[in-house]
Amino acid sequence: MLENLTDRIKQIARSLSGRGRLKKSDIEKGMRDIRRALIEADVNLQVARDFTKGVEEEAINQKVYESFTPAEMLLKIVGEKLIELIGKVEPLKLDYQPASILLVGLQGSGKTTTAIKLAVHLKKQGRKPYLIPADVKRPAAFEQLRDLAEREELPYFGTRLDNEVKLCKQALTQSVLRRYDTLIFDTAGRLHIDTEMINQVKKIKNTVNPSEVLLIADGMTGQDAVNIAGEFDKQVGITGIILTKMDGDARGGAALSMRAVTGKPIKFLGIGEKPSDLQLLHPERLASRILGMGDIRTLQEKAEKSIEEEKAKEFQKKLKEAKLDLDDFLHQIKSIKNMGPIEDLLDMIPGGKDLKKLMDEKQLIRTEAIIQSMTLDERRNPKVLNASRKRRIAGGSGTSVQEINQLMKEYEMVKKMMKQMKGRSPSGPVLSGQGPLGRGPMMPPSFFG
Amino acid sequence: MGLREALKKTRSNLSKNIRNLLGRRDPSLLGEIEDLLIQADFGVSTAEQLVESLENVQSQDYYSRLEKELIYLLNEREKKKQTPKPPVVELYVGVNGVGKTTTIGKRGYMLAKEGKKVLLASGDTYRTGAVEQLSKWAKRIGVDIITSHYGADSASVAFDAVDAAETRNMDYLLIDTAGRLHTRSNLMEEMRKMKRVISKKREDLPQETILVVDASTGQNALEQAKSFNEFIGLTGIALAKLDGTAKGGMAIAIVKELGIPVLFLGIGEEEEDLIPFNAEDFVCALFE
Ligand SMILES: Nc1nc2c(ncn2[C@@H]2O[C@H](COP(=O)(O)OP(=O)(O)OP(=O)(O)O)[C@@H](O)[C@H]2O)c(=O)[nH]1
Ligand SMILES: [Mg+2]
Repeated sequence: MLENLTDRIKQIARSLSGRGRLKKSDIEKGMRDIRRALIEADVNLQVARDFTKGVEEEAINQKVYESFTPAEMLLKIVGEKLIELIGKVEPLKLDYQPASILLVGLQGSGKTTTAIKLAVHLKKQGRKPYLIPADVKRPAAFEQLRDLAEREELPYFGTRLDNEVKLCKQALTQSVLRRYDTLIFDTAGRLHIDTEMINQVKKIKNTVNPSEVLLIADGMTGQDAVNIAGEFDKQVGITGIILTKMDGDARGGAALSMRAVTGKPIKFLGIGEKPSDLQLLHPERLASRILGMGDIRTLQEKAEKSIEEEKAKEFQKKLKEAKLDLDDFLHQIKSIKNMGPIEDLLDMIPGGKDLKKLMDEKQLIRTEAIIQSMTLDERRNPKVLNASRKRRIAGGSGTSVQEINQLMKEYEMVKKMMKQMKGRSPSGPVLSGQGPLGRGPMMPPSFFG
Repeated sequence: MGLREALKKTRSNLSKNIRNLLGRRDPSLLGEIEDLLIQADFGVSTAEQLVESLENVQSQDYYSRLEKELIYLLNEREKKKQTPKPPVVELYVGVNGVGKTTTIGKRGYMLAKEGKKVLLASGDTYRTGAVEQLSKWAKRIGVDIITSHYGADSASVAFDAVDAAETRNMDYLLIDTAGRLHTRSNLMEEMRKMKRVISKKREDLPQETILVVDASTGQNALEQAKSFNEFIGLTGIALAKLDGTAKGGMAIAIVKELGIPVLFLGIGEEEEDLIPFNAEDFVCALFE
């Protein structure tokens, strides 16, 4: 039903004007589709609006990297903004001894299952969790928690009481006697507009003074997510959110809505019915899922590469003017190094082995130190380096004159190599690959161009 | 609590907004109506289509036209029922936690109150506490229940239950099933088997296969309906938890796309909190 946002944006791309800067008209065209995709992923309409407005502001006049189409550029900004809005991974804050975690949420959102999952998770971390079925309302809620706890061999508060506050107090006493350090309170599911019930949660909260109040919410929730999270936060005060049932095929846009309306972090995702099916938030993955595209990361990497490429372009220009200063030299070494696997390809080119040596981590640090100890003039025009200058540089960088001589030799070699390569096509068969998005060479074109 | 009252307090927001819009003339009026429909979880395409149908309508008639359009849509799909041969078997399915068990409890109460002989069956042998939960409902509404042990084959529970319903001359048999995500094919297969076993007992059984949908579910509700429908063929939808702030607009999309009628609305956790679906009331309450 939901085609890929990427495809859709690529369609818009065709109608977008060429390269250079993102134009306002281009951006506006793209925003409608992005908003639509977000809504189809269950992001609240208002949240989606605010989001695209933010993207629009950022995108206007943003320079488009050389190898990017405007659409890709737009997607990249969308991805980054989305990851930013989803927020960072925040661990549980359990500062009291014993620390209490209060689970709140609507009926059927998965609190009991999540209570067990949390206990298993905390136990793995060496804590001593204690489960408290504080849901005295739903038929069989007690049995459900008890049976699950027994199956996982987790301690639970086994006394049945019909008053939540009394129950919580007794559980607290028990935990002290038995030296449990983390209490997990599974409260009754309740509607956020049920004042009477909400008051009861508040009473529980006041009784146990929890370190964490976690809203357990169904990952399939639609537009109502803002009301649910907003009300729970306003009425009870939450410290974090756990989204459940994320093993289905819902896009999980509710995460964005809830985060936007409460500002509280999404701490975990429930990804199955098993006690181990609890996952820390992975902002990038969630962003990709909400957008229905798998390549936010790719775009980011590509952007980084593009920056490199643009620097490389400049470098190429200098090369054409038969100039290669030492700053360029250093930059080139670093950018090749960052390409990782391409290093192997260096074996295939003349002088490549020496280049590889230069890329050794320790060597790189020394090279950098040497170059940084030079004056601007020396870097631009290495010919001026005489013996006394070299001694000064060696002293300043904690290296030796020999090392500097060696480096200069390598520098000359690279320079020569580049001249040789000038004129070779940047998309030659061996040294350029297809980027993950199907375009753009993987090596800075200048290096071989 | 009647549907109107139940829905009124939560719907008033939507309707107030729409009425506010109607008071003025604005070229973007249709766009704003579309927004409101989207916020009620109608889904983008359904909202767009509905708004498109208003294009040649005068702005003061938007509301009545929209209302008519929706009622027509919902009623068109309402099926004509023949009197089925007892026992009437109703199989309740859906994803985890949507309200299947509670809906069965309330439905059992509704039928028992009409003087029908009702039997419940706990086909959820998977989730801990599920059998106890339905047993408590049976006790609460004073009807019999067929259960089995944890981990038992759900299809054989269903088989036994149909047997019992026939020999005890029951009017209705309501079968609960374990919650399952529609993306879990092994669990979906298991459910298909359950239905097949029931049909083997008697060809016309189960007369109803009802998908319970949580009203706060967003776009995924349509995916759920599609998938469950493909696997076992649905005859109706029960929309649960309408007493919250969720509008349940996805039901419209389901009716529109799949032609499966909405049968019941869940508006609370008490036994009388299930009401038969009525398109006029539903739409009226939606905008009231
Ligand atoms: N407010 C409200 N709560 C409901 C309604 N229907 C069900 N619930 C509650 O939602 C929760 C889950 O309902 P269940 O009936 O256990 O849901 P289920 O689909 O059987 O769940 P599983 O068997 O675990 O998949 C319970 O706390 C119910 O009381 C409703 O119409 N309104
Ligand atoms: Mg159930």
